[in-house]
Amino acid sequence: MIEIAARQSQLEQAVSKLTGLTLTILIFGALVAIAFALSERTSERVQRFLKYVIFLAPALIFLFIGLVAPAIRTLYLSFRDARGEESVGWANFKWAFTQPEILDVLRNTGVWMIVAPIASTGFGLLIAVLTDRMRRPGLVKSLIFMPMAISFVGAGIIWKFVYQFEPNDRVPEIGLLSQIAEWLGFVPSNWLLVNPLNTFLLIVVFVWIQTGFAMVVLSASIKAIPDEILEASMLDGASGWKRFARVTVPMIRGTIIVVLSTITIGALKVFDIIRTMTGGNFKTSVIANEMYNQSFRALNYGTGSALAIILFLGVLPLVAYNVMHLRRERSER
Amino acid sequence: MARKSRRRDVEAVKTHLSSPWASFAAILIATIWTIPTFGLFVTSFRPSTGINGSGWWTVFTNPEFTFTNYTRVLFEGRGATPPLSQYFLNTFAIVIPSTIIPITIAMFAAYAIAWFNFKGRNFLFFTIFALQVIPLQMSLIPLLQLFSGGLHIGNFTVIPSFGITGTFIPIWLAHTMFGLPLAIFLLHNFIAQLPRELIEAARVDGADHFKLFRQIILPLSIPAIASFAIFQFLWTWNDLLVALTFGGGKRDIAPLMVRLAEMTGTRGGDWELLTAGAFVSILVPVAVFFALQRYFVRGLLAGSVKG
Repeated sequence: MIEIAARQSQLEQAVSKLTGLTLTILIFGALVAIAFALSERTSERVQRFLKYVIFLAPALIFLFIGLVAPAIRTLYLSFRDARGEESVGWANFKWAFTQPEILDVLRNTGVWMIVAPIASTGFGLLIAVLTDRMRRPGLVKSLIFMPMAISFVGAGIIWKFVYQFEPNDRVPEIGLLSQIAEWLGFVPSNWLLVNPLNTFLLIVVFVWIQTGFAMVVLSASIKAIPDEILEASMLDGASGWKRFARVTVPMIRGTIIVVLSTITIGALKVFDIIRTMTGGNFKTSVIANEMYNQSFRALNYGTGSALAIILFLGVLPLVAYNVMHLRRERSER
Repeated sequence: MARKSRRRDVEAVKTHLSSPWASFAAILIATIWTIPTFGLFVTSFRPSTGINGSGWWTVFTNPEFTFTNYTRVLFEGRGATPPLSQYFLNTFAIVIPSTIIPITIAMFAAYAIAWFNFKGRNFLFFTIFALQVIPLQMSLIPLLQLFSGGLHIGNFTVIPSFGITGTFIPIWLAHTMFGLPLAIFLLHNFIAQLPRELIEAARVDGADHFKLFRQIILPLSIPAIASFAIFQFLWTWNDLLVALTFGGGKRDIAPLMVRLAEMTGTRGGDWELLTAGAFVSILVPVAVFFALQRYFVRGLLAGSVKG
């Protein structure tokens, strides 16, 4: 009886959600259609002004409310107390750079920023070079690229299963890593609890996802190297390795740097992997996770905002570099 | 003719360069890359006694499969916790508007920046692009305060709170706001490259900007829209942080990712449910990704990386 009732209420909920969803989309579509229909009927003089209101204003309003204003407010909150009521000067930042746990967090973030981009870009470049000469690279590339479609949460579960450890000696290991360790004659341990190894095991998950991105971008840029250059270097008798180090890499240097900086930005902001796999325990927390904890667990908007500002300062030079790179590329075109 | 023979030369060089070892290494790496996902996939179809009693690699010698994990995780709730199918629905309810709304608004803005003649167009474009420098984390607290309490200056209410907390609306709005810089950037790059003659001819024929947008820009921009739609779709489907923050921990609006993250924390040992649940959450994005890979890659190469 209860089960049937539960099923029924589930079904009702599903129907109401779908109705809500359909209505939302219809209302949004209708609003756009009405705005257009009315605007098309106005005189040219009105339109000269109206076009900015319809085309440009919504995006600018959203960007202002969603990004610009909140960023300024976060900066303000980072100098206030937990509830944002009183000014505390630099106390939140002093806290971030003196508290031992937070120093761990900053150190971990530093490790992420260095190891993750280099490993992802390195693997990506390796696979791009290997597949560049293949006849049918499609399947290989797709398989390496596939993790990009998988969420960090899903990837976290996939790898948590790989790292699974069985404390009871009489029960066989079900985690692949533990089993491989056993096969190789090592004694497996509870991997995710071992510091500092656990941070690197979490980075593996990130690298597993980001390598596909690095591979695709680098592969396209290798393809763009003119064939004449490769032919010339071949005629000069350059070996495979020499061709790679002296021709390929210098030719795609710009792209490599953009890929590196893009992945570094991602590594700086990593949150889901930590949340799913360790919850930030066992000294694996990083800045984005700690920011969430401070703001929404400890409900301290002051320290949370200070951490967000530190994150911002870390991302700033990298994005600035990417923007400048893009600008240069555009003016060259 | 000359072109063809040159092509043959290039092919010859390529073939000469291609080594079986390189191909072998590439295939080996791809296999290693796939093993973790494959292990999850196999495990999700094993009975729970099998999962906890032996490694998934033993199924090759001792095959035993079941669908029970899927029916259990999808349709059986536990106490106040609804089954995963409800969260699946929530994910759809979040993803669809969170993709449609930013694309629409970004299309408008991209068109305006590309084809309206006003001062500071370029400056505006790069400012919007540079907004990607603002990490999500910097917006979370103020936006949450805005959605729950509105905006007041003294006793004067600038924006009322609307009472939208606990509905999907804050999540839609947040995804829209965070998706806009990249969307405008990508779509602008495409729209700005449409032939000038086409647009000027339509203007001479008396089409106003609204008509022009509807009849010419929109149909021509479908590839770029598809490109960005895939990004936004994958991003919102896979998102945890935005849903966690703006969903306020409410079960009836929480998407798959929030539930899965919760399950890994509280029921870390229930591998039969976790693996099946994870696979359900992976299935849709991976299918979309494989079906539309071409557009996805094109988007990536256009310099689109979410900040």
